[in-house]
Amino acid sequence: MTEPAIKLADLPKAAPFELHPDDRIAIEHEIAHYDHPRAAVIEALKIVQTRHGWVPDAAIPAIAGVLRIGSAEVEEVATFYNLIFRQPVGRHVIKLCDSMSCYLTGYDDVAAAVKRKLGIDFGQTTTDGRFTLLPICCLGACDKGPVMMIDDDTHGQLMPHALDDILEAYR
Amino acid sequence: MNRAETHPLTARLNLTDPPDLKRYEAAGGYQGLRKALKEMAPADVQQTVKNANLRGRGGAGFPTGVKWSFVPMTAPDGTPYRGHKYILCNADEMEPGTFKDRLLMEGDPHQMVEAMLVSGYAIGATRGYIFLRGEYVLSAQRLNRAIDEAKATGYLGENILGSGWGMTLAVHTGAGRYICGEETALINSLEGKRANPRTKPPFPQAAGLWGKPTVVNNVETLCCVPHIVVNGADWFKSLSQGKSTDGGTKLYGVSGRARRSGCWELPIGTTAREIIEEHAGGMADGLKLKCWLPGGASTDFLLPKHLDLAMDFDTIGQHGSRMGTGLITVVDDKASLLGMLYNLELFFTRESCGWCTPCRDGLPWTARILKALEQGRGQPGDIEILEQMTRDLGPGRTFCAHAPGAMEPLQSALKYFRDEFERGIALPPRRQAA
Repeated sequence: MTEPAIKLADLPKAAPFELHPDDRIAIEHEIAHYDHPRAAVIEALKIVQTRHGWVPDAAIPAIAGVLRIGSAEVEEVATFYNLIFRQPVGRHVIKLCDSMSCYLTGYDDVAAAVKRKLGIDFGQTTTDGRFTLLPICCLGACDKGPVMMIDDDTHGQLMPHALDDILEAYR
Repeated sequence: MNRAETHPLTARLNLTDPPDLKRYEAAGGYQGLRKALKEMAPADVQQTVKNANLRGRGGAGFPTGVKWSFVPMTAPDGTPYRGHKYILCNADEMEPGTFKDRLLMEGDPHQMVEAMLVSGYAIGATRGYIFLRGEYVLSAQRLNRAIDEAKATGYLGENILGSGWGMTLAVHTGAGRYICGEETALINSLEGKRANPRTKPPFPQAAGLWGKPTVVNNVETLCCVPHIVVNGADWFKSLSQGKSTDGGTKLYGVSGRARRSGCWELPIGTTAREIIEEHAGGMADGLKLKCWLPGGASTDFLLPKHLDLAMDFDTIGQHGSRMGTGLITVVDDKASLLGMLYNLELFFTRESCGWCTPCRDGLPWTARILKALEQGRGQPGDIEILEQMTRDLGPGRTFCAHAPGAMEPLQSALKYFRDEFERGIALPPRRQAA
């Protein structure tokens, strides 16, 4: 029998992960809102993401333990919803709306300008770790298109030449 | 009449400083709850809402009172119903072109809380959840503050106002995905699962959240309810001023390249022309209206000749589209129609949950063809494939309404602007050489 090309033991180990005690309390608090703990899975993922910026693989079984469900049941949710990040993101996350009202009011030019200024494409993070750029569907502010969110803030009526002033506030 | 009687949904609206409990009550707030609990049985509230002819503002236009009437009010043996029932607010506003529910939640959060309570009382709900999209951070903060105030005052919890009936209420924030707005997908998502839709029947009223009786209503729909209870069904019906057989006002809006995009509360049945030309000030300088979507990405295009139609569910439905959410998107003559369609179908492709094959595979195929046509490298037969898509991804062929919704703008564009599709087909090489 030939040796396998990759041995399991040689694979990089996931970094160990321990839930912060405050996060465990916060998740338990969320569970109390529901008749079944599993309903708190999205909140639990968000709580972990708020602390770490993203949800590492090793966090999945830790969350599953608090919710008393299987890791696969957490994983299937964590991989379905686009606001749960499964790889590291920058300090600030730009979500640029690419739906139709923004498309009609100048999305293409704004997207090109953001990409050029930051030197990244959608799904990428600047080398200094400051910004991650993501597409997002309609943000419900169509009368102010084109629109983007940076972290929790919504910015409308975007114009390519005025982007610097907005980005400047996020260091 | 004062503004509260003609513009019930937005009279108190204040986006910079929304009314707190005290101001909300001073402006007549929580009178709907008091009246319902003290003077009306749940069946009376249901009947009043039925009489008012309130139809679902999320886009489907289903009569709200009828929807509620399928909720069991007694156990099978005739004794009072025991166990939980749920009232869910669909606040997952994500239909491209739609920006009305955000205004109601950010600008008058107590109205939302009272709406959940009165509607919950009507179906005998014991628990309420506002399913809010994750991006609406300000709505979440303001709703949670309103819920805390309502709890402290005794409007939430056990034995509300001494009625013997009690209900809890919480905000549940999502983490993205348009499909969460489909009511059974919303229920799965709330249970902590992937937002795949469920088979119907059973309908949520019989077996919804955790298998218990559940009603899912849109934000705007629910917000009408306390006003109907306070002022009566006849008053609500009169709000349409004879423009429609539907009752009430409607939040209408315009986005795209109009002069003054925005959202306004108007009598239901107001014409699209009045909404676009008077309220939005017409198209921006130098632009002409080419076509318009009456209520979101999943409605059929209409033309300038349709502008005098009343914007209500039946009228727009009789003219080959749907009113949908009632938030109009105007398309100007300088925009690329194929580019916009590609944008729309790419959206539906990305937001497909992937559960059923026609949707998962048909939508990206559709988007690919549209991109080729937009770039002038379409192949002979592409238009026929698109036409086949509108049938194979249409109603009844897929698990939920996502793909059929995606086909609505496409089928209407093929009907009205077929020549633009034809121009996207690349000429065979020998003809280019000639």
